[in-house]
Amino acid sequence: MGGKTLYEKLWDAHVVAELGAGTALIYIDRHLVHEVTSPQAFEGLRLAKRAPWRRGSNVAVPDHNVPTDHRAEGMAGVKDPISRAQLQALDKNCAEYKILKFDLVDRRQGIVHIIGPEQGLVLPGMTVVCGDSHTSTNGAFGTLAVGIGTSEVEHVLATECLVQQKSKNMRVTVTGRMGVGVTPKDVILAIIGKIGTAGGTGHAIEYAGDTIRGMSMEGRMTVCNMTIEVGARAGMVAVDDTTIEYVHGRPFAPTGALWDQAVTAWRDLHSDDDARFDREVTLEAASVQPQVTWGTTPGMVVPVGGRVPDPAEAKDAAHRKAMERALQYMDLQPGTKITDIRPDKVFFGSCTNSRIEDLRAAAAVIKGRHVAPGIKQAMVVPGSGLVKKQAEDEGLDRIFRDAGFEWRDAGCSMCLGMNPDHLSPGERCASTSNRNFEGRQGAGGRTHLVSPPMAVAAALAGHFVDVRSF
Amino acid sequence: MQAFTTVTGTAMPLDRVDVDTDAIIPKQYLKSIKRTGFGPFLFDSWRYLDPGDLTVDPATRRPNPDFVLNDARYQGASILLARDNFGCGSSREHAVWALAGYGFKAVIAPSYADIFFNNSFKNGFLPVVLRPEEVQVLFDAVKADSKQQITVDLPQQQVRVPGTPAGDLAFGFEVDPLRKARMVRGIDEIGETLTLGDAIHAYEARRREEAPWLFSR
Ligand code: SF4
Repeated sequence: MGGKTLYEKLWDAHVVAELGAGTALIYIDRHLVHEVTSPQAFEGLRLAKRAPWRRGSNVAVPDHNVPTDHRAEGMAGVKDPISRAQLQALDKNCAEYKILKFDLVDRRQGIVHIIGPEQGLVLPGMTVVCGDSHTSTNGAFGTLAVGIGTSEVEHVLATECLVQQKSKNMRVTVTGRMGVGVTPKDVILAIIGKIGTAGGTGHAIEYAGDTIRGMSMEGRMTVCNMTIEVGARAGMVAVDDTTIEYVHGRPFAPTGALWDQAVTAWRDLHSDDDARFDREVTLEAASVQPQVTWGTTPGMVVPVGGRVPDPAEAKDAAHRKAMERALQYMDLQPGTKITDIRPDKVFFGSCTNSRIEDLRAAAAVIKGRHVAPGIKQAMVVPGSGLVKKQAEDEGLDRIFRDAGFEWRDAGCSMCLGMNPDHLSPGERCASTSNRNFEGRQGAGGRTHLVSPPMAVAAALAGHFVDVRSF
Repeated sequence: MQAFTTVTGTAMPLDRVDVDTDAIIPKQYLKSIKRTGFGPFLFDSWRYLDPGDLTVDPATRRPNPDFVLNDARYQGASILLARDNFGCGSSREHAVWALAGYGFKAVIAPSYADIFFNNSFKNGFLPVVLRPEEVQVLFDAVKADSKQQITVDLPQQQVRVPGTPAGDLAFGFEVDPLRKARMVRGIDEIGETLTLGDAIHAYEARRREEAPWLFSR
């Protein structure tokens, strides 16, 4: 028998019952909950007179709807009555079922995919689910982490399990040194550009290679975060010293003898040398330049030194049509230099890029300069209250504020614009988030995905600019 | 869950690749805490010329005459025809609730995003995978004759298109046997999993021994 992939190890360790035809009942160790995809699940639980199977596995946080100002006012600071009702529903459901929740005014509040690892609530070897497709972020810790729909949220609440079909194994190996000014965000955008927005469908992806090994946990989380943008539900990285050091001492991480026992087990969380993958993709880090998306899927991406592509060069009629539509929506002409594109707004935040390391790298670009006059708004939204506090302790908030950026409270914010932060029709945005779909950041808004240093550089220059020579 | 066996009706052609769930149901409607009421907001920003949210009566908004959902010929369709990677992006089950709420019973496309595909089965809404050339035949048939009847037959795993210029057509499709069985019988999946309660308890007892740190919170 051949060796196992990391995915297969995680899968095998969580099978409660085989259900046939590649399907199994899989045990869930951690269930993260937020306000948008949970109310109907709690309602279903209530109607069926069921109770959560294991309360302690669930952790909730409000993030999608929350305003990023007036935080000290708590619920009173939420002006939109419909958003407030949804946030109150989360409060009520968590109170009724006694589920741990970080409130709006709790320092630990933040984007659901940020706070799990930050608190040590996500540990290597776990199965982690959340009613949100970017749950793959947690795969950076050698976990099997997948996004689920609301019916499955209810299923996990009621049974602590999910009926899952086993995925195929895919390995993306990145080798070599990343250039100066190139970030993990650029690496994952380049991967998406290479394999396409459905290239990973039906697969669990393991990111490997010395480039990934050399990344911090923050960087690995950025890479795993965007796994869903290639259609794969789970992305993961093997456990190593970097993983274990990050987890050590986190509030909910094990301590003492339990810690030692856990670390011993975690050391096996890697693919065996003779493991077989259904698909292998490789990328040389040295070839990756800072990336900018030009269209309406994350796969519509080019290096900053490039130009908006011509639909005439599309591989088939369907893609040509999609490109034409995207160009029309984005109000761009083929052949336009990326560096001639001028954003109206800059959004720095989201579960992809709002951790402390992102803030540090972006602040370093500023060097005393100021946001360009053509930029209507440039905002920085830290991923959690604790990231915000740490940044303030390091003086990063001053650097951003002095340069003309707004310094906000934690939440999803303009990544999807469910709260008051969003684009108006026709507005163009340089964004560190993960989706540039039509209307994602606001109806009619136009999104260009970039890394944090690239977003900040665009804010200072007033147009996209190669951060390596800025 | 609602059972699904067969549906016969007309189909609406949505000729775009990579239709994401943000397009199927935009974020402002996700503030609802109900499972119903999303139908009028299906494909909201393609369907209406004016912006909307939960507080705006859709009847007061101008429909976009260029979008297929507003095309008189395709009103009353119960099957949606789509292209590759349908339902990509966010995990929002609201996308399925909106499609079903509008009146679609099934969607036929060459490929889907995994989470959307999975969510569909939980709501008695059938996502059928056909080969790209078969989907093309359906697009051609429905564009030539908007009244073309199509039958999606889950027990037989077949899509039938009778009386086309090329004769009666039938395309077989694959479906996971477990999902099929649940859908045909309209089974409550949670109830079914709870019948395995002993196995779940046994698993937990074993894991508490092997990996006690997983149960400390
Ligand atoms: S930051 Fe954006 S992508 Fe991440 S969980 Fe929030 S809305 Fe989703």
